[in-house]
Amino acid sequence: MKALVFLEHHQGALQRDSLGVLGLAARLGATDAVLAGEGVRDLAAEAAAHGAATVLVTEDAAFAAPLPQPRVELIAKLVEECGYDSVVLANTVLSADVAAGLAARLEAGLNWDLTGLRLDGDELVGERPALQDSVLVDVGWSGTPRIALIRTGSCEPKRRDGESAVENVAVELPEHALAARMVEQAHAKAEGPKLEEADVIVAGGRGLGTAEGFELCEELAAALGGAVAATRAVVDAGWYAYSAQVGQTGKTVAPKLYIAAGISGAIQHKVGMQGSGTIVAINRDRHAPIFEFCDLGVVGDVQDVLPRLTELVRQRRNGG
Amino acid sequence: MKIAICVKAVPEAAAPRRIDPQSKRLDRSGELTLNPFDVYAVEEGLRQRHAAGGGEVVVVSMGPERAAEALRRALALGADRAVLVSDDALAGSDILATSRVLAKALEREQPDLILLGQQGEESVGAVLWAALAERLRLPCVSQAAELTIAGGMATVERQTEFGYDTIGAPLPAVIAVSDAINQPRYPSLKGIMAAKSKPLERLTLAELGLDANEVGEAGSRTTVRALGEPSKRGGARIVEDGDGVRAILDFLVERSLV
Repeated sequence: MKALVFLEHHQGALQRDSLGVLGLAARLGATDAVLAGEGVRDLAAEAAAHGAATVLVTEDAAFAAPLPQPRVELIAKLVEECGYDSVVLANTVLSADVAAGLAARLEAGLNWDLTGLRLDGDELVGERPALQDSVLVDVGWSGTPRIALIRTGSCEPKRRDGESAVENVAVELPEHALAARMVEQAHAKAEGPKLEEADVIVAGGRGLGTAEGFELCEELAAALGGAVAATRAVVDAGWYAYSAQVGQTGKTVAPKLYIAAGISGAIQHKVGMQGSGTIVAINRDRHAPIFEFCDLGVVGDVQDVLPRLTELVRQRRNGG
Repeated sequence: MKIAICVKAVPEAAAPRRIDPQSKRLDRSGELTLNPFDVYAVEEGLRQRHAAGGGEVVVVSMGPERAAEALRRALALGADRAVLVSDDALAGSDILATSRVLAKALEREQPDLILLGQQGEESVGAVLWAALAERLRLPCVSQAAELTIAGGMATVERQTEFGYDTIGAPLPAVIAVSDAINQPRYPSLKGIMAAKSKPLERLTLAELGLDANEVGEAGSRTTVRALGEPSKRGGARIVEDGDGVRAILDFLVERSLV
């Protein structure tokens, strides 16, 4: 295998998932890494320390914003000129778009949401959980190049020793790849409480009905001495602070107790909370995916269940 | 403004989902419905048509003839017409083959704006938009939580791992919307009646200028090799009847969590 790993960076640091993916690929065969942006050259040493034989660096203002299409052009050129048979990326918002664009550009197979990658002789095999992670499917590629998107949080970065080289690379960008422009990057919305340290988290989703519904979560969290979290959908809808968001594009938490109120349990949310000790789910829909991976599920209306549960918890705490 | 929305018919959420041991793919033989995530894209298309003061909303899909009912639902919501690319050779298409077919169908339409919904994890559509944009050589923005069209530009507010980005792209553009972008309407009785007489065009591969070996498994570059059984989170206890609130408290007490 001759693999190329796309490295993502934010505010002068390589992303943990990118480094984990780099280690995963390097264990399977010769692996180079590509790094593109403005002022990213200094990050090459860090990439080298995580398994890249050669770090290919593109310093170009056209790559300053984390937009996918210039990166499709760059990686396509590298694959065609250097003969990489595999491109491996972490399954982030940016990299997923890069991978799919690249698949179409190179007429290459793309497997995503993989939690593992292994070689069976010369054949690359991806491991993909399916049906709410109840079945693990082995997927493959016919022909090369092969493109693999690895689920975030699936591989830990590991430092290793070894020689590596840094090379500058450049690419000419066609008009369509430059058409989308970043107007304002990564502006945060209002700040809120610290989630990662809480032992108990009461998380709310669309099932709360309105922004005011979060008061029910806050009251239960207060009674349990915990913090409040939210799903991406309700954060985007402005019901709750972005800093309280748990999931793929939010925080990853693992409290002792996670109470999911009115949360369907989409994969984007699941990856942020599946490490919780005990998961209790309340949802009106008996078929909600959350019931597949909770410890206790209650089919019911959160508007009804939350206030009564808060009351019972308070009574118990007061020795009632 | 002409808006095209790529949608997919998927098995009903309530139907038990299984993987066909023969094809090793998701069994899609039962009732099909409009992918719930695509409903947000349809709703956004209708709102943008309204904001533009008029235009046309066309839904474009690839799937079996049974998918027509799901397209009728998009028409009932307010789309003007539907296009269904249907051909036996399409079965087993991966993202590469699917994007090839939909790109051809979209080239016939020449829309100003192409919308897609965020997809479920088992859908071939999961990252389809970027592949489509690449084939059409159009700008692409995903995860849109807000979309504003003005002066031939799309301005998108979208969330990533690091916060909110504002991205601008000239039309025509491919925009994938998140489920936070709007609150979709339900079809009205009048809409359901009107949908019955709205145009639903069927296209074959030949009409798109594609050969059978460019689609389906022949035109795909990914394979499913084997099915295994990973360890599952210990069987959840589900309380459907009786006092769920008391059940939660007892459970928390039992685990010393309260």
